[in-house]
Amino acid sequence: MSVTTASPGTFSHIGYVLRGNPVTLLSFVMFAILIIAAVLGPLLVPYDPLASEAANALQPPSWEHWFGTDNLGRDVFSRVVIATRLDLMISISAVTLSLMAGSILGAAAGYWGGWLDAVLNRVMDTIMAFPLFVLAMGIVAALGNTVENIVYATAVINTPFYARLVRAEVNIRREAGFVHAAKLAGNSDIRVLAMHIFPNALPPMMVQMSLNLGWAILNAAGLSFIGLGVRPPTAEWGIMVAEGANFIVSGEWWLAVFPGLALMFAVFTFNLMGDGLRDIVDPRQRT
Amino acid sequence: MSPRLKGILFRMAQAIPVVIGVVIIGFVLTRALPGDPAVYFAGAAADAASIAEIRKTLGLDLPLPQQFLIYVGDLLSGDFGESISTGQPVIADLASRLPASLELTLVALLLSCAIAIPLGVMAATRPGSLIDHACRVLVTAGVSLPTFFTGVVLIYLFYYLLGIAPSPLGRLDFIYIEPDRITGFYLIDSALAGDGETFLAALRQLVLPAITLALFTLAPIARMTRAAMLGALSADFVRTARAAGLTGRTVRYTYAFRNALLPVVTTLGMVFSFTLGANVLVEKVFAWPGIGTYAVEALVVSDYAAVQGFVLAMAFLFVALNLVIDVTYTLIDPRIGFEAS
Repeated sequence: MSVTTASPGTFSHIGYVLRGNPVTLLSFVMFAILIIAAVLGPLLVPYDPLASEAANALQPPSWEHWFGTDNLGRDVFSRVVIATRLDLMISISAVTLSLMAGSILGAAAGYWGGWLDAVLNRVMDTIMAFPLFVLAMGIVAALGNTVENIVYATAVINTPFYARLVRAEVNIRREAGFVHAAKLAGNSDIRVLAMHIFPNALPPMMVQMSLNLGWAILNAAGLSFIGLGVRPPTAEWGIMVAEGANFIVSGEWWLAVFPGLALMFAVFTFNLMGDGLRDIVDPRQRT
Repeated sequence: MSPRLKGILFRMAQAIPVVIGVVIIGFVLTRALPGDPAVYFAGAAADAASIAEIRKTLGLDLPLPQQFLIYVGDLLSGDFGESISTGQPVIADLASRLPASLELTLVALLLSCAIAIPLGVMAATRPGSLIDHACRVLVTAGVSLPTFFTGVVLIYLFYYLLGIAPSPLGRLDFIYIEPDRITGFYLIDSALAGDGETFLAALRQLVLPAITLALFTLAPIARMTRAAMLGALSADFVRTARAAGLTGRTVRYTYAFRNALLPVVTTLGMVFSFTLGANVLVEKVFAWPGIGTYAVEALVVSDYAAVQGFVLAMAFLFVALNLVIDVTYTLIDPRIGFEAS
């Protein structure tokens, strides 16, 4: 957050909020765990996530296999850890894409208004008129069953949230005194918009981003769960829950439960972090 | 014409561009689906000539804009086309499957409202209490639950471990006969027929998927109720009402709660839309024969008409729901007129 002037006051405020709210601190620790698992995952896991061993299939959790083994004898723990990278990559790239698209569209609509604003609003309304998960399903099915297309689909359904947020933030400031001053000083419209108005929208965007990351992971995992996107034998939490679901009625719970818990852990982390960031950014909205 | 009726008509007119957009997106999306329905329709043994012929009868050889015009014309005359995988008119397929999805969604929403709204109100009236903290934990944990995972865990607990839930396969155990179709909602139909046994059987099948969906929707509703109630309780009119000597109960429910309801109803609309999406996942977990399962099957085989029908049905439902919500606003808060929006 280099844009918000990082005065000592800001840091002491962050420190104050973190001390008062250990849960936020916890969420940062949880986030660090996720990042470590994503970056160092392949070095940490005890088994090859794809190596099957038929003699060792469907073993319950033990000291050798912490999370048990699946129907092909693969180590569930290794697969859960390895999957972190893919799941985080999908959600982070999707959210980044929608952040960029939403910022540009929303800033333009909020600053210039007029027909651009009207068209954009209608388009966003239309996107939001679909149940978003269903729209994502349709997009992945239409573009083809690949990981990149999950990213695009998730980006599309997230874009309206950013576009609306940025539009509102830009719109209320376009007649502000500092904007007039910047224009009088000879800045071009684009420059005023990008350097003077837009940075004001960043703090609420950070909150939205964190919450959306959790949502994007859920969305991607949901798509793989119904068989769109990531394909076996790739290790991914959604698809692992889907595969494990077939064994749950016969009592082999570890196949579905551990990847499911990992998924929950990730989403929970992002939600906690979003709430914590909101407290830092805007103490009035604390709920 | 009364101003209210006029307002409602005006609001309906505003929905028209959205519906047009949905029709266009639905059409474009399905034409972009990989796979050729003519090939699927012709079967495995077909040669190129017969595939071309089928393409002609299906109208797929025409240029896209012309296909679109034909499609819109059919829609206007109430013809949603025929599903190539079931061989039935799409409208009949949807009509037979929509009640299953709606029954599940509505029961789940009722259930979660019945828990979340009192919880949110209690959390707001006693800030810092145990129930407030419970509400906070539930709200953060609730939004982190992947619906499909909750469903799988519930099946494990209640079907495999405890053995109190029936097998998670569809709306009714195969030993029961479907109740006569009146509304398509098994609970209502069996109750109307006075068949208590079937009613209970349908209810038993419904409980787990409904709880799964309800857990998913609990969090946003409780969160919004709590926030709205907190806002209303700190408003000046509540202080005035207290100062005037009204009882705590009257202040809470007649003054604060009614004012807090507005944002809650807005959230309900959003939650309903999310639920329609989450339905697809829950229906898959519980083999529920709703429109979500239908759509997934149709997507896989590029069944244009079925996918378009599904998308349209979803979008219409959603537009209609928003309309209902807007009308509900004026009932809750008479100060809101449609002219203002």
